[in-house]
Amino acid sequence: MSVGYIMLCHTALHRAAQVARHWAQRDCPVVIHVDKRVGRHHFDKLKASLADLPNVRFSTRHACEWGTWGIVAATQQAAELMLKSFPEVRHVCLTSGSCLPLRPVEEMVKYLEDRPRTDFIESVTTADVTWTVGGFDAERFTLRFPFSWKKHRHLFDAYVKLQRRVNFRRRIPKGLVPHLGSQWWCLTRQTLSAILEDPDRKTYDNYFKRVWIPDESYFQSMVRLYSTNVESRTLTLTKFDFQGKPHIFYDDHLQLLRRSDCFIARKIWPHADRLYKVFLASDTNVRAVAEPNPGKIDRLFAKAVERRTRGRAGLYMQSRYPNDNWENGRTCAAYSVFEGFSDLFENFETWLNKAAGGRVHGHLFAPDRVQFAGGESVYNGAMSDSAALRDYNPKSFLCNLIWNTRGERQCFQFGPKDGQDIADFMAYDPNAQISVISGAWALPLFHSNLNFSDIRKRAALLQKIEAAHLGILRNPYVKARVRIWTLAEFIENPMEPLQTIIDEISPRAMRRLTEAPKMVDLAGFGQFLQNLKNQGMQPLLMGDFPVGDDPRQNSARHGRPYLVK
Amino acid sequence: MGTLSSYRLRLARKRWRFRAFRKRRELRPVADRTNIIGPSDILVFCTLRNERVRLPYFLRYYRDLGVNHFFFVDNDSDDGTREYLAEQTDASVWTTKHSYKRSRFGVDWLNWLQMRHGHGHWTLLVDPDEFFVYPFCDTRSIRALTDWLDASSIKSFGAMLVDMYPKGPIDAHPYREGQDPMEIACWFDSGNYMIKKNKIYGNLWIQGGPRARAFFYDNPERAPAMNKIPLVKWHRDYTYVSSTHMLLPRGLNLVYDEWGGEKASGCLLHAKFLDTFAIKSAEELERRQHYANSHEYRAYNVGLKANPDLWCKWSEKYINWRQLEILGLMSKGNWA
Repeated sequence: MSVGYIMLCHTALHRAAQVARHWAQRDCPVVIHVDKRVGRHHFDKLKASLADLPNVRFSTRHACEWGTWGIVAATQQAAELMLKSFPEVRHVCLTSGSCLPLRPVEEMVKYLEDRPRTDFIESVTTADVTWTVGGFDAERFTLRFPFSWKKHRHLFDAYVKLQRRVNFRRRIPKGLVPHLGSQWWCLTRQTLSAILEDPDRKTYDNYFKRVWIPDESYFQSMVRLYSTNVESRTLTLTKFDFQGKPHIFYDDHLQLLRRSDCFIARKIWPHADRLYKVFLASDTNVRAVAEPNPGKIDRLFAKAVERRTRGRAGLYMQSRYPNDNWENGRTCAAYSVFEGFSDLFENFETWLNKAAGGRVHGHLFAPDRVQFAGGESVYNGAMSDSAALRDYNPKSFLCNLIWNTRGERQCFQFGPKDGQDIADFMAYDPNAQISVISGAWALPLFHSNLNFSDIRKRAALLQKIEAAHLGILRNPYVKARVRIWTLAEFIENPMEPLQTIIDEISPRAMRRLTEAPKMVDLAGFGQFLQNLKNQGMQPLLMGDFPVGDDPRQNSARHGRPYLVK
Repeated sequence: MGTLSSYRLRLARKRWRFRAFRKRRELRPVADRTNIIGPSDILVFCTLRNERVRLPYFLRYYRDLGVNHFFFVDNDSDDGTREYLAEQTDASVWTTKHSYKRSRFGVDWLNWLQMRHGHGHWTLLVDPDEFFVYPFCDTRSIRALTDWLDASSIKSFGAMLVDMYPKGPIDAHPYREGQDPMEIACWFDSGNYMIKKNKIYGNLWIQGGPRARAFFYDNPERAPAMNKIPLVKWHRDYTYVSSTHMLLPRGLNLVYDEWGGEKASGCLLHAKFLDTFAIKSAEELERRQHYANSHEYRAYNVGLKANPDLWCKWSEKYINWRQLEILGLMSKGNWA
């Protein structure tokens, strides 16, 4: 008993010839079908190159356009020829011209000899298929597809649309349950001959001639009528990408293919000299019959498809520039924005770094220069501290920073004195943790040595900017984790909000804060605000500061840490 | 995109093609070996001037990748470039004394040659200091890439420019003929690129890298564009609009994915900053034949005198394409 191979070829005929010779020399008959669209000259050359092999035949040539009946017709005739000419064949294996056997033929023969009644063909009902491209699964069988998808796409689409509109449905022949599956199968003589000699074959053929991509459904459906033992998988390793075209194997896949233990792989790049040389070498040490195990290859290609369809979150680059809201994550990692904290606390950055770890920057969007942590002038990824470069494209700046520092939490200060262009972007970024002490910008003014009229002007401006910013943050569709306190609220009880923020930054630490950052001097702040009011400016964002009633945190001024147990 | 604006682009494309057709007269053939080009050959197109010392490595690099034929337009070299190229059996050479600037920095000349000889071929348009890197380029030839692009019905392939620079002063290590320039200029900036979308032509506009950082930190609009689309399955109706940054028809510029995924892309390692650069930039300034009144070269001249070191402690040392892919400068897309 032996295995017969049918090869459907259309390009790289010299490679097909190599493989055919490999099989034929090992007593496996081969029937080759060459696409009718291949030139006479190439066909003759192929024929001549295999002329010395008595068990290689050529079947009648059909034009095999993708998705049309021609491929099935070619397969049928080649199979008939195979069954008629080589009576010793028990299993017939359908392959293409770009297939390559990965294991010695003897192993495959033995594997099939151990399973003499099994038909290996992927055959799944339409309801269970998820991989069809173009959205036709059940409709492939109920609509008519007379137009070529490749050549007359408009007609194809229009005709499908028309049929849908008029609710046209074809009748499926009695007894036939549509199944789909990979085109490449390995069937027993019994099953295959039963399909080909079916008295109703004409009916079935006529039906499938107008089905979409019949090569993935004809044998897959017919086999269910006759086979006693369908093993719904294919012995040919073939992987498809998200557009439904097969992945190609190259020389650098050698080890991967070797370890897969699959019998045949598709599709091989015709110039992959090393693969052809290694796998067609005549080694006869037949190993234990292992089951095919394409897991590793599956993972590799699944990853490739995911990269192509979802990409790396937070990456903006020359070949990934998602439209708004299609980013799968605007930035690549979580980061924290602190507004007003460095105004309220002395050395807040140092404290935060100690309490939460990560990298704590100053005002990254400061108008004069980028205040990277440690006062660096160039930062991770060779980012410049030039304000002009940053303001030229603030979104790129922020995304680059977060991308470049993957694996390290970034924290930075922000406020109404900084460039505001980035605020919108951060507000709709789920990775942003934004904590605001509103009105804290008044504290540096309070401590400044400016003329009061300038202070008043400046306060009015900053308040306007911050109010607009809070408006953005309070939008109901905001995605960032936003917390807002007024200054008055915050100094009532600073430890609790700080603890919440720190816990969110490093959830595993689960440590109570022992040391509070030191607050700036607030004595007389209430009076300062009253003075602003007296000058006609209404300070709103800092909450209620009664005149004369200075906040209690005066203890901090004496250098004693504010302890919470 | 409305009918009117797409019609405008169509007119623009025709105009550029006609311009290229007129500029053909400026080219004088030195060695025409186009008769040996096979129907599926991969072609390299290049304009150059006085690059003799770089050529041996350049030719070797692209021959090793599997390029079949080279097209050179020599812009009046006087250092033996033309003679050297004419000896190469897989190169066709034209020469011209006409203005580089007025042929839109060589684009018109090459558009004409591509129109005439590139139709139906994969064409790669690079400068003599640009080295094309694509996914798996260490194990797969460029034909593997173009075959895959063909199978995926992709007509153009993006490759961003990555400026390479040495550590220390640019002229510290003289470049020897035949040497891999990346032995000297092996550092690059990994993550300071700024991206915008060009609404009219549909391409991305990328700026950044060491040039933006060191020479254009106070004037970013002027920083040179880094986006390039050098590899195209050419059709005689196509045309490059501005260097290799963008093409018409505009569909060819869509080398990026807009729905979150990554398309496959490569990089052009730009070994501009070798010791030859200082001489070259002085000369180019003299000739005033470069883009935007040679603003770029003026900035270099000023910048280089003040601070000749582009290296910083965050510079990345180049290893291979996988490093570029991990850093997010290029992508394998769904090629595996």
